[in-house]
Order: sequence, then structure tokens, then C-alpha cells
Amino acid sequence: MTLTRRTIPGFAALFSLPLAWVLLLMVVPYAIMISVGFWTRQFPLFYPDFQFGNYAQILADPQYTTVILRTLKIAACVTVCALLLGYPLAYFLVFTVRSQKLRNLLYMSVIVPLWVSYLLRAYTWKIILGTDGALNSLLVSTGLVSAPLDIFLYNQTAMVVTLVYIFVPFMVMPLFTVLDNIPRRLIEASEDLGVGPFMTFWKVIFPLSLGGVIAGATMTFCLSFGDFVAPVLVGGPDGTMVANLLQTQFGAALNWPLGSALATLVLALVLILLQLSSRLDRAGRVDLA
Amino acid sequence: MRRLHWWQRGLVGVSLGVLAFLYLPIVMLVIFSFNDSKVTSFPLSGFTLHWYEAFLANAQMLRALANSLWVALFATALSVVIGVTAALALDRYDFPGKRLFQNVILLPLSLPGIVTGIAMLNFYKQIGIPQSLTAVVIGHATALLGVVVSQVMARLAKINRRQFEASADLGATPFETFRHVTLPGIRSAIVGSALLCFTLSFDEIPVTYFLTGREVTLPIYIYSTLRRGITPEINAIGTVIVAVSFVLIVLSVTLLRDRERS
Amino acid sequence: MTSSPIVALDGVQKRYGAFVALHETDLAIAEGEFVTLLGPSGCGKTTTLRLVGGFEEASAGRIAIAGEDVTERPPYRRPVNTVFQDYALFPHMSVAENIGYGLTVRSGRIGRAERDRRVADALSMVGLDGMAERRPGALSGGQRQRVAMARAIVRRPRVLLLDEPLSALDVKLREGMQVELKRLHRELGITFLMVTHDQTEALALSDRIVVMNQGRIAQIGSPTELYDHPASPYVADFIGAANLLDAQALGGGAFRLAGGQTMASRRADAAAGRKVSLGIRPERLLVASSAGGNALDCTVTERLFHGDRLRVELALDGATRPLFAEMARTAAAEGFAPGSRVTVHADPADVMVFETGDRP
Repeated sequence: MTLTRRTIPGFAALFSLPLAWVLLLMVVPYAIMISVGFWTRQFPLFYPDFQFGNYAQILADPQYTTVILRTLKIAACVTVCALLLGYPLAYFLVFTVRSQKLRNLLYMSVIVPLWVSYLLRAYTWKIILGTDGALNSLLVSTGLVSAPLDIFLYNQTAMVVTLVYIFVPFMVMPLFTVLDNIPRRLIEASEDLGVGPFMTFWKVIFPLSLGGVIAGATMTFCLSFGDFVAPVLVGGPDGTMVANLLQTQFGAALNWPLGSALATLVLALVLILLQLSSRLDRAGRVDLA
Repeated sequence: MRRLHWWQRGLVGVSLGVLAFLYLPIVMLVIFSFNDSKVTSFPLSGFTLHWYEAFLANAQMLRALANSLWVALFATALSVVIGVTAALALDRYDFPGKRLFQNVILLPLSLPGIVTGIAMLNFYKQIGIPQSLTAVVIGHATALLGVVVSQVMARLAKINRRQFEASADLGATPFETFRHVTLPGIRSAIVGSALLCFTLSFDEIPVTYFLTGREVTLPIYIYSTLRRGITPEINAIGTVIVAVSFVLIVLSVTLLRDRERS
Repeated sequence: MTSSPIVALDGVQKRYGAFVALHETDLAIAEGEFVTLLGPSGCGKTTTLRLVGGFEEASAGRIAIAGEDVTERPPYRRPVNTVFQDYALFPHMSVAENIGYGLTVRSGRIGRAERDRRVADALSMVGLDGMAERRPGALSGGQRQRVAMARAIVRRPRVLLLDEPLSALDVKLREGMQVELKRLHRELGITFLMVTHDQTEALALSDRIVVMNQGRIAQIGSPTELYDHPASPYVADFIGAANLLDAQALGGGAFRLAGGQTMASRRADAAAGRKVSLGIRPERLLVASSAGGNALDCTVTERLFHGDRLRVELALDGATRPLFAEMARTAAAEGFAPGSRVTVHADPADVMVFETGDRP
């Protein structure tokens, strides 16, 4: 409905509370965070200001740039790995599992872990990969290695494994949806026109699933980029990520202006990616009717 | 039955592997919560309920648990009330700035929680609200609004518009139409997203981390314990949390699934 | 059929668990024929077509196309192409890409120039010149239908399968496309196997019609054979329409209806005492206000205006099911207002007799 004299009262009744909430508790806080990013710090106090010193520091100081680049790298690794694991799984669920019941059950079993305590799921990798953890003790007791290895935990690989583990369901969800929405007739049509399963995948299924790939990749990238639990639990000395820097700025380092500037950068990155992905998705969207 | 090609068998293999990857760690957690040893290593050394007794006797942990439950309850209630009204407004009306509003409300779904946490921390600081569980409740409600809005809107989009017109045509006021037509149509989506919100709020770390004061929630308590080292007690409480979350999530996913039969 | 059939089903059966979608079926289609599988939904016609296309695997029996056993072959190794019910155009490809798709892959690969030429030919054959670069989403229903046709014929299949090809089009467009289909069939000279639930379409287009019911073939024949000599009340009612009257044979071509009135048939007889169904097409019932030979007493209950024709619903004395009669719109016919008492006559040559056991 468009707003007319007749519909405005109902609209106002419905919409005033959400609007007030979003303005006061989302828009205003983000605005404040962005403006604090321009403040100056004179330890231990902060002063309102408008200067780009915090940004200059973040982008010039190797201490920060290294971490930002590393975070980008790890998030990219996680995204690629999650895609490589998630795509076959989604494909399998949609096209190989014939029984609707079994498919729903399996799909549910894939996405349920996504919502189950994120902290505990990161933590389990600590008990698996640790020096006296499950993996090591298994290797030792089967005689594959003579002494526990400390190569599993506290490094970037452990972080990638943990983050992939956490975010794979995020990848599977949109992929499952797009694959499931591809009319079976299109695949039959392709086979009817003499095209085998491989080329059918490459020329019909994959192009039509790109929207899901983009959506899943965006989610996975954004969320793993901002993760701070995995680095703390399984990351090593070279495992600090942007979120840990942020933590420090609001904790021990007590530099809120710099922290806010950094958080603003994360916000900007996420917004750009979301914009990009929705544009890509719209450009690639096809009328499946 | 056509036989499976080699690549189909490979696909089955990879898929089962990924499923195992998703579940093995959780199984480990459960196994070690019953293992009679201070370290989480194989071979298992015996069955014990000691770690469960330990956490039941841990007053700090129980207090954190109670805090978490209260926070989750209030945050869920707020998210549902605001989220459902927002979804109804977005579904029913066209107004300037609609897309922008929708994008803002859904933003926390893909924005790392830490940014929301920092934004709210800055905000509270400016208006002089101290860090507290109340602050956490408001933070959670804000971050989880998107869950309710997206799920309820998805359901509303599936309802045949003509039903509303038919209801109005038969003399129902907008409120009666909501009560008798709209609400029954979206009820399971509301309950499903509420369960989801509850679980997510109960487990929330990044927003809570910045907003909580002296009183902590269970995940924050566990998180700070973990930084000091592993205790099997965590495995025990973890198993309980995972078990309860599982039930809630399965329930929620079932309710949120499109009821294709109807 | 003298030459070997282009499509041969030999004892083909399709089961889904306990449900039998298609009972053991034999069917032979000759090269160049236009054959239609006709029946209501769930009769097994689509299953049959999909078995020929290779989208379903037969539970039993063999399928041969062009003399080769294709029972075990996937769709992409069969010399047939399909026009799908909802067209199944690839939404991410242009019209030309859709049509050329089957020519880019290994089984149909040809040179680029040759491919372009064949795509262009196919486009003009279905009257879509100038549409090559459009996306399917930008086409009307009728245009999509043509693209689907072009895509299927460009590979020069031995048999073209058409799954309810016109069902998504509105009435006017459908009639135009029927002519197009007939023309294409003539110009291409290949075998068409079509599925439809629309008997008018089947009658208008087919060389032979296979009427199906509940997973079995009820009757095979040319449109005129089926119309004039249906083998069962089911076929009589499905092809055209028929008033079916329960009756008992009295011998000598006479039958007593449920209400006690009698009818004669010159088409068949049955031993006295047998229960039969009499079938009379609505357009063969003559309604008059006075008595005549082989007549039934009725009351007019409704009169429906059908343009140049009138359709009258009649209550037959002593019977529960109404009768329908169709007639030209004459002054006399206009007089049959609801409530008027009339008699209906049928030429004994038009009264079909089905032994009740016939029912498939």
C-alpha cells in the first residue's frame, strides 16, 4: 500500500516503535562511533575533534596494516575453503539425495550447528588440536607419532580450520536454496539436448547458482573478518586479527578514538561488500519463472 | 536405479566428510564431558559425572547462567515485539526510505557483532549509561532484530494478499484481520524466530563483551575461564548448552520452514 | 505398419513403490507419424513420454528408438528432443544461446558458422527472426513456446516429444500454434509424439491418438475412428462428449432404460438381460415438442446459449442423470424454455452400445 490519508494512521501505529528503536539504537550509535573515530586522545581522556590522525595511524603503522592484511587473508582463505566444502554438500543434498524426507533431515543437520553456541564450537577445536588434546593423544596411542605435536594449535591453520567449521553452514544455506530453486526441467532440457552431466553442471547449474555463491561468500567473509573468538582460543602469536586489535583499543590500550576509527573501517568494508554483492546478484539474477 | 557414477560417489564421500567435520567436534565435547580425566586426551580413562557435579556446585557459573537466561528472555521479547511490527509495516506499506530502513535493520545479520558492540558502547558512554546487563539486553535486542524481521517478512511474503482483502471485504477491521488472518499465518514464524533469538542471545559474545559490567553472562564467564586454561567442567556445561540449543534450534527450524502443505 | 517402428515400447512398465504409473504397455509409432497421448491427469501419458525421453527409467520392459534399444540410455544419448511443458528455457542464456545450446556440446558439436546458420534457420522457421539476443524473461508466452520448439528441432531429432506444448497459452494463441505445429510437422517430416489432456487439440493435430486411462492404453486409433467408434464409454465420453445411459438389453437391438422407456440401436446388440451402457452424442439427440420414433420423454431443465448453438439440459423421466442435447439456434429450439415437456429422438444408427464389462 502506498501512504494515503487513509493508510497513514495504521502505518504510524505500526511503524513508530521500530523506527524510533532503529534511529536511537542503531543509527545514532553508528553515527557516534563514526564521529568518535575523528576524536583525539590525550591519555587517559578523549576530546571531540575532527581530524584524520586515527585513520592515518591505522593505515601507516605496520602494526595495524599487518593485522588488517592478515585478517583479509584469513577471511579469504576461510571463504574459499567453506565454498569448496559447502558447494559439494549443497549439491549432494539437492541433486543426489532423492528422498525429500532424508534431504530435509540432512539439511537441518547441516544448518542446526550454525546456531549452536558459537563459543563452544570454537572451543571444541582447542580440545581437539591442543598438545594434550584429542588429535595428539589419538596419534600417540595409535603409534603414528612418538610424542605429542604442538604444530596443530596456535597457528593460522588452526584458525582457518576453526572458522571454516563455524561458517560452513552459512555457505551451505544460500547454496542449498539456489540449487533447490533451479527447476529440474532445465536439467532435463539440457540432457535432452545431448549434454552430459558434467557440461550440464558447468553450463546450467553453476551459472544459475552464482547468486548463492555470492551470498554465502559475502556472509562468510564479513563474519570471519570480524571474528575475535577463534584467534583468542586457537590463534597463535601470529594470529591477531582486527577484532583483537579492537578489543585492545577498548581495553588495555584505552584508545577509543583509534578503536572507533578501526571499527568504522570494518563497517565500511562490510557495507561495500554487501553493496557489491547485492549489485552482482542483481546483475546475475535471472527470471526463473 | 541407475548406478552412481564415480564422481557421484566422490560427491557422497565429500558430503559425508563435511557432515562428519560438522559433528565430530561436538561429539568430542560430549565424550570428554563424561571422561574421568583432567586432560582431554585418548584413550578415555573412565566414565564420570564429576564434571557435571562440579559445575552444579560452581556458584559463579550458576549465577552467570541465570544472568544469561534473563538476558535472553528480555532480549527475545523486545526483538519479537519490535521485529514483528517492523516486518508488518515493511510488508504492507510503501514509504520513502523503505529500502534503507530495511537494510539498516538487517545489517547486524552480516556485520560482525564486535562493530555493533563498539557502536553501542560509544553510545552508552556518551549518554552516560553504565555497562550492565540492561545494556546487554538492549544490545542483543538490537543485534537480533534482523533475525525476526527477515523470518517474519519471508513468511508474510508467502501469504496470499487476497486473504487480507477477503477479510476486509467480510467486514473485519484491520485489527481483527491481524488477529484472525495475519497472526495465524505468521505465528509459527514468530515462535521459530523467537526460539532462534533466545539461543543466539544466550550464546552471544561480541556485543556482550563490550556492554557487560560486573555481572557477566555464561558465555563471557566461559570465555574468560578459557583464556586461563581448559577445565573439563567447561565440557560439561558446554554439553548441556549444546543439548538445549539443539532442541531449541531444531524446533525453531521446523517452525520456520515453509509449510508447503498449506 | 510395414516398416519397423521409429519408437517401440515393449511391455514397458513404471512403478513408484507400490503405485503403478504405467501398466505393461506396448506401443509402436511409425516414422513420420503425429501421435498424441491423450488422457486426464494421472493417466500415465506424461510418464510414457518421459520414459521415451529418458527422464524416467522403466521398471520393466524395453524401449527402442530408431531400431536401437535405448532402455538403459540417459536422455543425452537418445535421438529425441523434447519441448517441455513450461518450456524449460535456460534463463541465463539468450534466445540464440538457448537454441544453439545442443549444438555446442560434444554430442552435437558442429562448426561455428554451421551452428549460426542452423540457429538462424530454426529462428526463422518458428518466426522469431530478430529475437536472437533477447533473454527468455523478455519474451511473451507464445514467443517462449517458439524458442522451445526451435531449440528442440535444431538438433534434428528422429522424434520430437511435446509435453503439453500449448497448455500454458491462452485460447486464441493456442489455436494459432496448433496450425504452426501441424505446419512444422509437415515441413520437418519427423515423428511427433505429443502429450495433451485437450481432446480438441488431439483431434485437430494427430494422425493417431492413444487414449489413456489409469496407467493403461484405453484405445488407439485415428481421430475419426475414435470419434465414430469408441471402444468404451470412457473413450466415448473423453473424445467428444456422450450421454451415457444405463440400460438392460431386451434382445433384437432394443434396450430398456432405468426409467422404463426403451431405445433401439442399429450399431450393436447384446444378449437379452445383459446390463449395458448406451451412448448418444449430444449433437445426435434431436429435441422436438412432438412424439416420433425411438424417442424419450423429457423435461427441459436448463438452456445454455453457445453462440450459434444451443445446449439444453434435460431430465429424462425416471432417470437420475441429466441428458444433454446440442442443436442449431433455430426458432423452434429457442422455444425450449426450462420446464417445457419435450421428446428427444435418436437415430438407432447413432446409439452406441457398450457392454458394462467394457469399462476399462
